[in-house]
Amino acid sequence: MSHIFFHITAGLYLVATVVFTVYLFTHRAAIVKTARAVLLAGLATHVATILLRWHEGGRFPTTTLHEVLTLSACIIVAAYGVFLYKYKLEVLGAFVAPFALVMTIAASLLPSEIVPLAPVLESYWLPIHVILAILGNVFFALTCVFGIMYLIQERYLKARKLKGLFFLLPSLDMLDDLSYRCLTYGFPLLTLAMITGAIWSEYSFGSYWMWKHRQVWSLIMWGLYAGLLHGRITSGWRGRKSAKYSIWAFVLLVVTSTIIYVLVGEGHGLIIEGQRH
Amino acid sequence: MNIVIVGLNHRTAPIEIREKLCFPAEVVGAALKSLTNDYAVNEAVIISTCNRVEIIGVSDNMEKCAWDTKRFLSDYHSIPLEELDEHLYVHTGADAVKHTFRVAAGLDSMVLGEPQILGQVKDAYGHAVNNNTAGIIINKLSHKAFSVAKRIRTETKIGASAVSISFAAVELAKKIFGELSNKTAMLVGAGEMAELAAKHLLKSGVKKIFVANRTYERAVNMAREFDGTPIMFREFPHHMKEVDIIIASTAAPKFIISPDDIAEAMNERKNKPMFFIDISVPRNIDPLVNNLDNAYVYDIDDLQGVVEANMRERKNEAKEAEAIVLSEIESFHRWVKSLDVVPTIIALRQNLERIGKNELERVVAEFENITDKERKALSSMTTAIINKVLHAPIMHLKKESNGVDGDRLIDVTRRLFDLEDEEAIVKSKKVNED
Repeated sequence: MSHIFFHITAGLYLVATVVFTVYLFTHRAAIVKTARAVLLAGLATHVATILLRWHEGGRFPTTTLHEVLTLSACIIVAAYGVFLYKYKLEVLGAFVAPFALVMTIAASLLPSEIVPLAPVLESYWLPIHVILAILGNVFFALTCVFGIMYLIQERYLKARKLKGLFFLLPSLDMLDDLSYRCLTYGFPLLTLAMITGAIWSEYSFGSYWMWKHRQVWSLIMWGLYAGLLHGRITSGWRGRKSAKYSIWAFVLLVVTSTIIYVLVGEGHGLIIEGQRH
Repeated sequence: MNIVIVGLNHRTAPIEIREKLCFPAEVVGAALKSLTNDYAVNEAVIISTCNRVEIIGVSDNMEKCAWDTKRFLSDYHSIPLEELDEHLYVHTGADAVKHTFRVAAGLDSMVLGEPQILGQVKDAYGHAVNNNTAGIIINKLSHKAFSVAKRIRTETKIGASAVSISFAAVELAKKIFGELSNKTAMLVGAGEMAELAAKHLLKSGVKKIFVANRTYERAVNMAREFDGTPIMFREFPHHMKEVDIIIASTAAPKFIISPDDIAEAMNERKNKPMFFIDISVPRNIDPLVNNLDNAYVYDIDDLQGVVEANMRERKNEAKEAEAIVLSEIESFHRWVKSLDVVPTIIALRQNLERIGKNELERVVAEFENITDKERKALSSMTTAIINKVLHAPIMHLKKESNGVDGDRLIDVTRRLFDLEDEEAIVKSKKVNED
């Protein structure tokens, strides 16, 4: 049952992406209304997908990468809803919809079976750890999206040729501020995700730190984002510099996560490891 | 009843003609009275601005109304009609409604989408109301035109982007800084254009303004005007680290602000963005400053380009506005049509017959053993009551609907009996015709 909803969701995200793209070219109010409605409908079926899968698996779906990507895409669309409500930021949908679409397509290419969990891995720490990590990454994704929007808007202003997206995007100050704010949410969430991950590791394997790929790369990403945060607070990094930094940091985050997945498999390789224990 | 517009605007008449036809506010009342008393015009509004003179008239004889309005213009201003006629346009019926909506929304203005015209149309309507030349049609037309204009303003971005250089500068500042409320500006050179831009900035919330000028006295005078701080001209580079917006307009023949100056200021202000508006020719700010991170330099040509881009954006938005106008014409047209006496009488009769039928059915249902004869008696009693009740109203409607107050009578009838549902009437008419 959750499969059907999953495909409906992907379809709605595809339509929303197309309609938002049309909006970017036409600037029509009626079109953005439609696009928004489709994207929010996608969010509704997305939530239904996750609830159904929770029901089917008997466990909140945060184990496989398929589940993690699905949940991440859902949260990022929900975040769009929040920004829409708080800042009337319609145009954000044009960036979030393709993002969510790519994530759902990626999820659909991955094995979607519900994986049984080795008893040694069963712990409340697991869903807490995963949800914190997802939230952190969603905020980093938004930091990156606002960075992209900043660079686009800055390009128009620097080139002194005002057309197209210039009229739809908000001010540079707002984009920089939102990017920064998302960073200040993402960073503590990542920190907490690492701590809960360590606790879960101790609970399951008797060791807080095992020098696994995932742990090492998380530490590197943590350092990168700590650097960005530090630069913004103390050294007046802002605008273009931090926008570029946040885009590259997120690209690195996606690339390393993909490589680790290919190298060690589901759940940082711990699912197989857990079965051996 | 029909609406007729006779007028001219900046496209059809040169300024020499427009200024001759102008109606200053103090004579509009008398002009309106003369127009409705001495000519075949029942209701009238006179819109007179520097770009247009238009008379909206209502009459049951369209051709005569148009002709008489032209005659009035010619008589009133003592200009031979032959001289005037080639500049005048005439809109009637649905066309006139469309024209009124477009004028009120600024779609017919020289600067597309400008908002002042709505206020001018409202004033014109106010004069008509005060002089009793606004009847039911003008009232409805005017209020509808105001609401259409408002709808266009909220649903499209036609008025959103600036189309003058000084406003464009303010808009750009908003796109860079978001809120301007805690920002500081500096005028380097106290020219007229700089003053105008500074005024707009103040209105948008800029809280502090420095004024530097080679003649210190002039700086002091201008600073006093907007509560700013005058500074010595040679001092201005030292203040650059604390200002967000710099407007340069000196007569200096070379660049007075260099990339090195700004790189240094940027360092001190922790890269907070700076916006440079260079309205001097030759330019005062080295364009290379624009290559620095977080610095944005616009010279006079760039601002002109922004204005043109905004005009294009307005034209784009105007398409949507025109669609709104078209959709609103339809509903207004339906209302005008409903003022015809025949459909009103039909609707009135249908309304009462429906009530009669419902009540009859309710009563009949309460009796168990009612005979056909009894049923018929009840039915004919109901019909008789309806006919008696309707006799006088229908007679008056038929007799007086062509009179001076005919439209009002029909409108009142519709409202008293809740016949407002225009859609339903049009539909039922269609069914009857089919």
